[in-house]
Amino acid sequence: MNEVVTAKAPELDFDTPQLKRYRSARALKDKIAKWSIAAGGVSVIVAVTLIFFYLLYEVMPLFKSAKVEAVAEYQVPAEGSTLFLAVEEQAEKALRLTADGQIVFFNTVDGTIDSQYRLPVPDGISVTSVNEAAAGTRTLGLGFSDGSVIVIKHNYKITWPDNQRLITPVLEYPYGEEPLVLDKDNGQAIKSIAIRDNDDFLFIIASTQNNQLRASYFEKNENFITGEVTLEESDVVMPAINGEIISMQLTPDTRWLYVATGNGKLDMYDLKNRMFPDLNARVDAVAPGTDIVDMRFLLGGISLLVANDQGAIVQWFPVRDIDNEFHLEAVRQFQVEGGKVSQLGIEERRKGFFAVTVDGELGLYNSTASREALFEDLVDVEIAHATMAPRANFMLFETTDERIHFWKVENEHPDVSWSALWNEVWYEGYEEPDFIWQSSAANNDFEPKYSLVPLAFGTLKAAFYAMLIAMPLAICGALYTAHFMSPTMRRKVKPAIELMEALPTVILGFLAGLFFAPFMEANLPGVFAILLLMPVGIIAFGFLWSNLPPSIRLVVPDGWEAALLIPVVLLIGWLSFIASPGLETVLFDGDMRSWLTNEVGIDFDQRNALVVGAAMGFAVIPTIFSITEDAVFSVPKHLTYGSLALGATPWQTMVRVVLPTASPGIFSAVMIGLGRAVGETMIVLMATGNTPIMDMNIFEGMRTLAANIAVEMPESEVGSSHFRILFLAAFVLFLFTFVVNTLAEFVRQRLRNKYSVI
Amino acid sequence: MRVSVKEWTAKGDPWVWLNAGAVAISLVMVLGLLLLIAVRGLSHFWPHSIMEAEYIGDDGKVSLLIGEIVESEDVPTEQLRHSGVKVPEGEGEFLERLLIKTGNRDVLGFDFRWVLAAKLRDRRYPEEIMAIERREWGNFYGYLEDVKESGNVVASGPEAWEEFQSRIDRALALHEEIYDIEKHQIGSVNYTLERLRLKERRLELEGDKSPQVMADISAERAEQDVIYQALQEKLADLYSQVNRDAITARAMNGNVIEIPLSKIVRAFQPNGMGLFEKIGFYFSKVWEFISDDPREANTEGGIFPAIFGTVLMVIIMSVMVTPLGVVAAVYLREYAHQGALTRIIRIAVNNLAGVPSIVYGVFGLGFFIYFLGSNIDDAFYPEALPSPTFGTPGLMWASITLAILTLPVVIVATEEGLARIPRSMREGSLALGATKAETLWRVVIPMASPAMMTGVILAIARAAGEVAPLMLVGVVKLAPSLPLDGNYPYLHLDQKFMHLGFHIYDVGFQSPNVEAARPLVYATALLLVAVIALLNLSAVAIRNRLREKYKALEM
Repeated sequence: MNEVVTAKAPELDFDTPQLKRYRSARALKDKIAKWSIAAGGVSVIVAVTLIFFYLLYEVMPLFKSAKVEAVAEYQVPAEGSTLFLAVEEQAEKALRLTADGQIVFFNTVDGTIDSQYRLPVPDGISVTSVNEAAAGTRTLGLGFSDGSVIVIKHNYKITWPDNQRLITPVLEYPYGEEPLVLDKDNGQAIKSIAIRDNDDFLFIIASTQNNQLRASYFEKNENFITGEVTLEESDVVMPAINGEIISMQLTPDTRWLYVATGNGKLDMYDLKNRMFPDLNARVDAVAPGTDIVDMRFLLGGISLLVANDQGAIVQWFPVRDIDNEFHLEAVRQFQVEGGKVSQLGIEERRKGFFAVTVDGELGLYNSTASREALFEDLVDVEIAHATMAPRANFMLFETTDERIHFWKVENEHPDVSWSALWNEVWYEGYEEPDFIWQSSAANNDFEPKYSLVPLAFGTLKAAFYAMLIAMPLAICGALYTAHFMSPTMRRKVKPAIELMEALPTVILGFLAGLFFAPFMEANLPGVFAILLLMPVGIIAFGFLWSNLPPSIRLVVPDGWEAALLIPVVLLIGWLSFIASPGLETVLFDGDMRSWLTNEVGIDFDQRNALVVGAAMGFAVIPTIFSITEDAVFSVPKHLTYGSLALGATPWQTMVRVVLPTASPGIFSAVMIGLGRAVGETMIVLMATGNTPIMDMNIFEGMRTLAANIAVEMPESEVGSSHFRILFLAAFVLFLFTFVVNTLAEFVRQRLRNKYSVI
Repeated sequence: MRVSVKEWTAKGDPWVWLNAGAVAISLVMVLGLLLLIAVRGLSHFWPHSIMEAEYIGDDGKVSLLIGEIVESEDVPTEQLRHSGVKVPEGEGEFLERLLIKTGNRDVLGFDFRWVLAAKLRDRRYPEEIMAIERREWGNFYGYLEDVKESGNVVASGPEAWEEFQSRIDRALALHEEIYDIEKHQIGSVNYTLERLRLKERRLELEGDKSPQVMADISAERAEQDVIYQALQEKLADLYSQVNRDAITARAMNGNVIEIPLSKIVRAFQPNGMGLFEKIGFYFSKVWEFISDDPREANTEGGIFPAIFGTVLMVIIMSVMVTPLGVVAAVYLREYAHQGALTRIIRIAVNNLAGVPSIVYGVFGLGFFIYFLGSNIDDAFYPEALPSPTFGTPGLMWASITLAILTLPVVIVATEEGLARIPRSMREGSLALGATKAETLWRVVIPMASPAMMTGVILAIARAAGEVAPLMLVGVVKLAPSLPLDGNYPYLHLDQKFMHLGFHIYDVGFQSPNVEAARPLVYATALLLVAVIALLNLSAVAIRNRLREKYKALEM
């Protein structure tokens, strides 16, 4: 009986609401995972690329032009014609000095008068000249039409009633209200005046209407009990000047007096002996045939800026020549477009200056960077007087139509330019243009020297010596390990050398600086003996070994030569250092260091490029080694076997077959090693003296970009030019290593593709 | 079978030998360096014998010299003459010169002294010479004279030593108590007071200084003041107790000085110690080194805060870097479209590992500290301004900076792990109906976990040894307190911390007394190398083990 059994498949319903819910929940989870991982992954990658953009963002302001913006304009406060304008620190109050002896303090924003003073001179006597003692001292020397002179000082008191800042201007007469009479004989009007005032003396020089120089030198005596200062005049003789005196400036140390006369001539007098002024130089300060319009000291009173009626502004300063004599040198020149300069002015905190023109234009310049930060047409009328706030963030100027303009200035980094960073710059007080890095000094009027060249040079020098030591060792070692060494030994050697890579560089730097540097100094001949003896000794040992009877030679299987050589290397090293003092006595008079310095003329630092090269070489060896080793090892075996089968010796196979195939890999290994050497910080920081000098000498130190950042970054003021230049240094390092590594990676990828074809 | 030179060179064998030589040199360098650090670092703790000898001065005067011989070297006679040392005629070409640690900086003005071996006469090692480790002025070497209590001599002569030792123990116990009160209890009071001040300032800024709250604050302040007064009294009492005892001791120049016991850490007579005593001493010094605070501008004592800071920083860093790195790698390998862009990103990420670490430091300082940190301060800690909370280098920023620095390491390692997983595994999982997320979570990630682990360990090893960026973003030479303590919120992410690597740099190069600090630096270096080597080796071991485990799958 045939019964048909129909095995009924159990009814499976995949679409129950429960399962549907379950499925959609899983699908939702899958979606959520997808999106959150994508979001996470992308944001991590974006965050990493942020480094690039952030560095760029910090660097960019260095190269931005300045900006100016009008804040206010109003009628000149009070009567009279202006002689001098000044603005205080916060740029809230300004001072205006008029020819009829009025001093008006007013608010910069709306021109309302704050207070008004009259100088203690009789009616009818007018102020004929004014000059500031030094930038930022707020001490003014005023010359009058009757040949007398007075010194005033404008001060600003800050109080905080109701937590609101209140600035109260104060006018002081540091040497009394009685004018000093300079031109005693004639009582002629004082046309120009120069004044220097410090703790020890007060020195005033004035030129009169008939182009005579008059001077008074006062020594200051302070009464210890009352603190009162009395002046004691001492004699001083002034030179006679030919021609019309246009302007006069006296250096802060009162050594040099500069007198600008007609026809663009500039005289420099040496006042070292105040009884015998000596004409040191007479130069054409501006192009012949043009006239000097204005002459100012830059901050610090070393550089003199001379503007002519053609718009050329020339920077002069005294330069010491080979005979230790000073002579005036025209260092650089700026050209004001349009060419009608009416007045020069300087910044109180930087080596910057500005020029205003007859056509109402303003030019902002920086001397060190040799840079025009801005040139803009501000108004349509002539600017007669202009001044800049001490922080160089505001400008106040008066036009000939008796209106005062108050402008905001944004000029953060005029002191940096691409050319000043990478070209030679003639710094104040130096004999010639040079590459110098010196970012800070104790005094305020210091000229910062931001040349990246010595740092870049130091970086490359350190990397060069490191590569010089690392490349032969790492590449040769890798060739041997990958090609000749027995697999058993290779399995031990590779991790050992890769462990080198993990060693913190701070330890290498510490050993280099505190152990190796003094050791090398003491055993200098030994170090060189090693360099010579090591290859010779190794080859000699190899030759001897090959000539040993087979019974001994075959005890050590092929591929273990390196192990055999370890005692040899130790022995040669030991011998070299044993022999070192003897060599020193025989060859170098017992002291190689002084022999190098005295006989060869090479300076020797204990922490020098050789030490850095060795230590950094040590850090770079494992990087180059492992990449080279990989490249050589992955050369397809059939190539080597083919070559060997054709009768080539192992070394011939190595040179003719393996090396050409692996060469891109070796190249990329060297590149990556170079990238590491360039960016290494701690070793260089600890194993060199960190002096930014430019000398290829192996026995001298250097300062690298990375070490410089580590040294100076913590002390740098946030947002300052120095801070941003350090960011620029970091950016340069970043770009350099990134490009080098990308190149290496690219080469390696190509190589990998090639192998897959062979 | 003789090989001629010509034949030998023609085969190219010299080159092979030279290449082998390069390997040998590299190996000698690595092993020699490790050995150097190990020997110098480990020998620091051994109690060295103290030598006593008669020193004949240039003028023929004989004086006593006591100290440890630290180093000896042969110097060419000529070189000595060059540098102005008076060497009698007729000496050999080389002279032995010894560096002797004389200690007693307070008496002699210097710690170390180079002397010519020839000028020492009658070297001996008397058992009664003692070395005293002090809290200031470095070691003292000399003879014990008397033990005093409140100015009266209680023991002198041979039995003084026993008395001295027992009184040191008492002084140390008291010192421990004082330390606890000063550091922890008063520190906690100060912390509370500071928090109250900040709370008050915050209320002031927010403009709701209700009298009720103010009263609460001043009540709490008064309470803290009471505690503080009590602690002060207790301290004064302890101080008078600890200052009770003193000893007098004779130094090498014959001066007898009095050393209060409160200034003494330990006293020992190394010449009289047996081998086992020396071993015991050795381990107690090692323990002191890893568990104690530094003394004398970091040149003596332990490095516990540096170990603690390094470990804490590394832990915080790995907590941050692991998820970020893994997510980025998973995205790149599993989700992103594999095209040119992905390849470029991959190369870029890979290359970021080669960017100098100082660049990360600069980035951390500029972006995290000055930009993010100061904004955080403005938003959340206005009461503390103008003194910054997060707008200054600190633990958190250091950890984040290093996390970014090590991110490429984790990404690359994880990606490598993901790439090794056979396609068939994923396809099998997907074919069974698993979603992509489930495949990832249940199959791919577990299989890639060894690679991730390796990446994280390598990242930790790199972070532990990195110093340059940390110098910009958070380490200090001496942190007043640990970043983890008993004061709320317990973990102080805004605090600066000490770090082993920076400790090496700072003590070795910025310390005023480098000679005295050097052994300690070697010991620190040894510790750091050991930790990093251990981490690296464990990374290798984990990788190998887990690779074995999944080997069967990699068909």
